[in-house]
Amino acid sequence: MSTATDERTTARRGKAPAGERLADWADGRLGVYGAAKYGMRKVFPDHWSFLLGEIALFSFIIVLLTGVYLTLFFVPSMAQVEYHGSYVPMQGQLMSEAYASTLDISFDVRGGLLVRQIHHWGALIFVVAIFIHMMRVFFTGAFRKPREINWLFGFTLFILALFTGLTGYSLPDDLLSGTGIRFMEGAILATPVVGTWIQMLLFGGEFPGHDIIPRFFVIHVLLLPGLLLALVVAHLILIVFHKHTHYAGPGKTNTNVVGMPFFPVYMAKAGGFTFIVFGVITLIAGTVTINPVWTIGPYRPETVSTNAQPDWYLGFSEGLVRMMPGWEIVLFGDYTLNLGLLIPLGVFPAMLVVLMLYPFFESWVTKDTREHHIAQRPRNVPTRTAFGMAWLSAYFVALVAGGNDVWAINFNLSINAITWFCRIGFFVLPVLVFFLTRRICLGLQRRDRDKVLHGRETGIIKRLPHGEFIEVHEPLPPAERYKLTAHEQPRPLSLPPAVDENGVERKVGPLEKLRARLSRGYYGEQAQIPKATAEEYREITSGHGHH
Amino acid sequence: MKKLSARRRHPLAALVVLLFALAATGGLYAALAPAGEAQADASETSIAVEEGKKLYLVGCATCHGSEGQGTSDGPSLVGVGAAAVDFQVATGRMPLQQPGPQAPEKPVVYTEDQIAQLAAYVASLGPGPAIPAEEEYDPQAGDPAVGGELFRLNCSQCHNFTGQGGALTDGKYAPDLTDVDPRFVYEAMLTGPQAMPAFPDTVLSPENKRDIIAWLDAVNTEKAPNPGGFQLGGYGPVSEGLFAWTFGIGALIAAAVWIGAHTAKAKKS
Repeated sequence: MSTATDERTTARRGKAPAGERLADWADGRLGVYGAAKYGMRKVFPDHWSFLLGEIALFSFIIVLLTGVYLTLFFVPSMAQVEYHGSYVPMQGQLMSEAYASTLDISFDVRGGLLVRQIHHWGALIFVVAIFIHMMRVFFTGAFRKPREINWLFGFTLFILALFTGLTGYSLPDDLLSGTGIRFMEGAILATPVVGTWIQMLLFGGEFPGHDIIPRFFVIHVLLLPGLLLALVVAHLILIVFHKHTHYAGPGKTNTNVVGMPFFPVYMAKAGGFTFIVFGVITLIAGTVTINPVWTIGPYRPETVSTNAQPDWYLGFSEGLVRMMPGWEIVLFGDYTLNLGLLIPLGVFPAMLVVLMLYPFFESWVTKDTREHHIAQRPRNVPTRTAFGMAWLSAYFVALVAGGNDVWAINFNLSINAITWFCRIGFFVLPVLVFFLTRRICLGLQRRDRDKVLHGRETGIIKRLPHGEFIEVHEPLPPAERYKLTAHEQPRPLSLPPAVDENGVERKVGPLEKLRARLSRGYYGEQAQIPKATAEEYREITSGHGHH
Repeated sequence: MKKLSARRRHPLAALVVLLFALAATGGLYAALAPAGEAQADASETSIAVEEGKKLYLVGCATCHGSEGQGTSDGPSLVGVGAAAVDFQVATGRMPLQQPGPQAPEKPVVYTEDQIAQLAAYVASLGPGPAIPAEEEYDPQAGDPAVGGELFRLNCSQCHNFTGQGGALTDGKYAPDLTDVDPRFVYEAMLTGPQAMPAFPDTVLSPENKRDIIAWLDAVNTEKAPNPGGFQLGGYGPVSEGLFAWTFGIGALIAAAVWIGAHTAKAKKS
């Protein structure tokens, strides 16, 4: 019967167009209709802050592409050669093949310098975008159930990006890279007991040896990018699976996604944005120098330069070391513990792990096991926002300490004063920032409440017949009022009464008490301003409103 | 012999021995001392020294002492040589405007002639390095590649790899070497002003000093080529990171806001 229908259709319309036949062919083998139907109608909500992750994704693609080009010319070898390329001020210098080939890429390979600069600028912007994207997810609570695993994926991507950056920074074997590797070697050696063993294993002998750059090359171009790529895919699959969060608004609920379909709107938007990201990075790379290895010079263990810093994303680890006093303890009379390095190298992962585990901490405190698909406004969760800002303040103090010499020379300050400011600031600023941020959040909540109940201040001053001056307030449109009142205001956990109905003392563990305390910190009276209710609004707007 | 030993306890014996000793050292010095400075005391030089002394007494003696011997406020100038005076005064570092961690470069107070007179006077206080001749610091005559290597070995710890300057302890600093007159670079190496160690000719030969000047000329002057584009101060990763965090991500977020604000309108049905 179906054959008959087919024949009739064919007879009526003639042969199907080539595109359709190709699609039919592919569908019969790949099932593209189903995938396209699912994928093309996939809805993404519109908001600029949801595009931050895309910046990271697109700059990652740029870095991958330019990296492939660079591997065609880079020689990952520490064998010494005499330079006879076209950069005159290096003529006749002894240098490793890695450094010489980087000079060749910069001066003798067509487009090499541009591609090198795109690669490096793209890498910096990649990590900046990851960082900002992560902050967006953190401050809007988009890490809550069901997205905790994806938060961990994203966090792991961040860490992998740091180490990909570190290994890439080390490859050209210029004075800065070498100093970075030396720093890393010192850090490894400071690890108690296993340090010297790891150092020998990694470097294949005494520093610098001949192995570290070939090894870093493999890690940088094969191992880490492979892991990054796999995790990026997993990250994106989970985004599609969970669906994207959206901000509260009329018609936007916890059970739907309001936005535009992938095809054609988001395909155009994301595609266009790819080109913008490419364009901006290429523009920067075409006009602004990054890592001018030709003036930095080849690395030799006996040379060093001031202003030797890692790229910004590891600047805070550098800062932690620069802040730390050079303490050391000698154990059993002959074993030295280098606390000056050991403590910063413990604080460095600890700061990151705190961020990684935060979603689990918050869900433990709030006992919240529901799914959340509406992103929060940071002001409505003051304690989390304050914690995030405190973390950031500690992070940026460490970052400033990492560049203390550059700040000192540019602002005519004493480097010692900066170091002391950072030492004290690392402990004091987060506390101040925590309380300040909470205050500001509460103030903003009060303002939202006022806006809902009394409307927007128009700035128009009216004089009444009896001489009184008032400012005209314009009521908000209902959609705005909805946005400002859509958030939940949970009540804090309360411990059950200390004595049950039979007068028997109830046992409450100390952990449970701590949780109740923390929960009060999140949702107690001190942590949220009751939002405007419909009754309050009706009462105020029911005719005897004063203005 | 007996006569001598009999008189050795004579009250005047010590005096006689002293006279002999002085005559011997004086004679030896006259015979062996480097003759140049001592004999070049032509009348023109001595006029310069005299004029220089007058200037010195007005402008410098408060801190360096009336005879250049130094006080608690300023170091002794005996033996620093004309090169040190030329560097300090001709770059405006001296006379000092106010006490501080380090004397900064500032507009020059004295004329060239006056600086030469001051230098002549200070050189007359004791032998020290002279002002170098022009061919000694000609960047064209040096080898920049060797200079770069020497620079990274001896200078970049404080001045950064291309001489953009760097911070030292307690507000002291190694100044930016961009477009600094090669004469001053040479004199600074020779005399070790302020926090800088001196690199006398026994440590760093005159040819090597010229190589370093050639390196600076190749990478750190107004006319040095910048194949990569804007330099961002040449401070390395800190300024690069700052740029990525401001202009880089700033432009991209602006683009994101623009894209987020423009959306397809639903068809009115």
